[in-house]
Amino acid sequence: MTAGLLFDLMMALAVLGTAAWTLAARTQFAAVIGFVATGLLLSLVWVRLGAVDVALTEAAIGAGATGVIILYVVARLRGGTAEISAATPSRAQRALAALLAVAVGGVLALAVLNLPDPAPSLAEAALAGSAPLGLGNPVSAVLMAHRGLDTLLESVVLVFAVLAVWSMAADHRWGGAPGPVFRREESGPLSLLARVLPPVGIVVGIYIAWVGADAPGGKFQGGTILAAMWILPWIAGLARPPSITDWRLRLMIAAGPLTFLCVGLAGFAVADGFLSYPPSFAKPLILLIEAAMTLSVAAALACLIAGPPERRLPPESMAADRR
Amino acid sequence: MTATTPGGWLLVLALTLPAGAMLLGFVAGGRHAQRIALGALAIWLAIALAVALQVQASGAPLAYVIGGWQPPLGMALRADGLAAAMLLTGAVVLLAVALFGQGAYDTPRGAAETRAAYAFWCFLPALAAALAAAFLGGDLFNLFVALEMLTFTALALACLDGKPSQFKSELRYLLFALIGSVLYLLGAGLLYGAYGTLDIALLAGRTRADAPTMVAGALMTAGLIAKMALFPLHFWLPPAHAGAPAAASALLSGLVVKGAFVLLLRLWFWVLPAPVVLGGGTVLAALGATAIVIGSVVALRQERLKLLVAYSTVAQMGYLFLMFPLLAAADADAASRAWLGGVLQAVSHALAKSAMFLAAGLIAVSLGHDRVTSLGGAARVMPITVIAFALGGLSLMGLPPSGGFTAKWLLLRASVETGQWWWSLVILTGGLLTGGYVYRIVAAALAPPAPGCVARAVPRPQELCVLALAVASMLLGVLPLYALGLVRVGAP
Repeated sequence: MTAGLLFDLMMALAVLGTAAWTLAARTQFAAVIGFVATGLLLSLVWVRLGAVDVALTEAAIGAGATGVIILYVVARLRGGTAEISAATPSRAQRALAALLAVAVGGVLALAVLNLPDPAPSLAEAALAGSAPLGLGNPVSAVLMAHRGLDTLLESVVLVFAVLAVWSMAADHRWGGAPGPVFRREESGPLSLLARVLPPVGIVVGIYIAWVGADAPGGKFQGGTILAAMWILPWIAGLARPPSITDWRLRLMIAAGPLTFLCVGLAGFAVADGFLSYPPSFAKPLILLIEAAMTLSVAAALACLIAGPPERRLPPESMAADRR
Repeated sequence: MTATTPGGWLLVLALTLPAGAMLLGFVAGGRHAQRIALGALAIWLAIALAVALQVQASGAPLAYVIGGWQPPLGMALRADGLAAAMLLTGAVVLLAVALFGQGAYDTPRGAAETRAAYAFWCFLPALAAALAAAFLGGDLFNLFVALEMLTFTALALACLDGKPSQFKSELRYLLFALIGSVLYLLGAGLLYGAYGTLDIALLAGRTRADAPTMVAGALMTAGLIAKMALFPLHFWLPPAHAGAPAAASALLSGLVVKGAFVLLLRLWFWVLPAPVVLGGGTVLAALGATAIVIGSVVALRQERLKLLVAYSTVAQMGYLFLMFPLLAAADADAASRAWLGGVLQAVSHALAKSAMFLAAGLIAVSLGHDRVTSLGGAARVMPITVIAFALGGLSLMGLPPSGGFTAKWLLLRASVETGQWWWSLVILTGGLLTGGYVYRIVAAALAPPAPGCVARAVPRPQELCVLALAVASMLLGVLPLYALGLVRVGAP
């Protein structure tokens, strides 16, 4: 009991410490490292709280994918000193923001300390409601059935996000491939990693997505790993993204929400209405949606990280690529 | 306990049809995206009309329990009068803007897909889905997802021109919108911790005036008014809305800010306990009154037409907050009038403001600039557009027989009846100032053209879309009273 308490205390101090370090960091690169470290420590906190699904998501998306995106921004801002100093808030603005954050933190603490104890919870109901669906993980039951509409709309938001990022492109680059071109690395650690890791990573990603029905894991976490397994060879110059006007890429991104929507509407015909599953066939349908969503999450995250199209490949260089 | 009502499936359709259309348009692209969006928005208008008729006929809200999972474990879609009226407004404005957008974002047969057109035709049904989620959602977390949908859509629409100069004001808008979303989410989390449910109908009448509820209410309100650009959180709006292309500005000012408004009404008059509403309502109305005066005065001084119209949005959004203290009053009749007035203000502003932004866009295209001082000759080249702008302006001023008149008259009456006469002074002052800036534009447009001014004619179909919106905002004022009863169905 005391050991557990001591551990929790250390965790809390470590999270606060890395967060403070991130804020105080002198270089942008150090701040990103601090941000990722805070995210990873936070995911350990979630494990301690028994929320393994949240921990996995925090590590994969909160620390991993977001960290990569910010790192990428830092790399692209290199040399843009004038732009950065123009966009940096003044000392007074920062002081005001800090004051506001402290105030919000203070009232939040006040509110949380006054919450009813024991907290009213739907955990029992969710647990009881997951058995008829054949799902061992109640979190999946909540995401796919009880609050299926939230998940459906969030998956649609992912498509919105990709489209929003693409629409920031310059007009004449429309039709090009997303992101910059990386030089092909024939040797070196990155090249080795980009060749060795994906076979393992893809299996792990699919496993994490598959196991989500009965244990912690699922489409978002698995999809993130799959996206990373594409990003790696892309950065090493071994793989090239398809053009954003390629309908196969677009279908991959929209497949998850489209499948979810179709299964949901089919509920009118074969079950109890929108987003309800026929009792005998619930788990296969949920797995079908999860599979399509894993693909879409992976494709969407990869596109979000790569960014808007930055070049338009002339036809001859496309042909040279295929060689 | 919520039960699925007859016709509840219409709500599912109102949400899934535009979402599906967006996804299909996203995959198909080019000319297909345009046709899918136009077709879907036309059907969406029919669905919205069917929802409104059904709510009106049955006199009770429609509901649909999703997947058969009862709240609090599951969730429900609900359409009361407020939701039905806003849905119908959204459908009318979106279809008009889509028809208008055929001018600038047309992809002719055989032409290659272009960036702006693709984004426009995908984000129109996306906005429809986001609005349906915001208006029909019955669950506080589901409404958060709706807010996210609205934010992404609004941001992309505002950047449709792809001008780097626009990115700065959009980045500021994004910052405000995201901070607003985070504050809303924190509040929703606190409410779940306190009551074990996020279902609005279950929370109604059950909340206590304790610390977690007050903090949650304060955080969510702050987040929502940041998204609605209420004074003093308004300064992101004018550059963001005015810098966007006309079709996008019309949607941003007319519809997007109304999504957060409906959420704020749900929070204050369904979720929060009565004592909080009684005390806080006056604060919101005071901020709204300041917005009316400051927004109108700043609008009067603008040199650019689109910025003027955008500042007018800041002022007109202020009127929406005047209903809060009036609704909390003991006088049931007056409260009912305030409710009707407030919702009508939202509807008539959506129609009038979208017409005015589209008209401003046409004027800018025709003259090649939008300087208020040299609009001379505009009325000669495009009388329909100038008339549409003036009609929209009449509605904003609150002159009869416009929808804005009915709205402002009801608010005025309610404020006198509840003994809060000071709000009526604000309403009258705002009307006068609005008259001032609308007169400035119309007078300038009626002036003879300056020597050397070359004004191009604009496409007639586009002018007619603008006129249709402006006329709709006028027709709202001559609707028979029983039609307005729709808004009262399921009112708090």
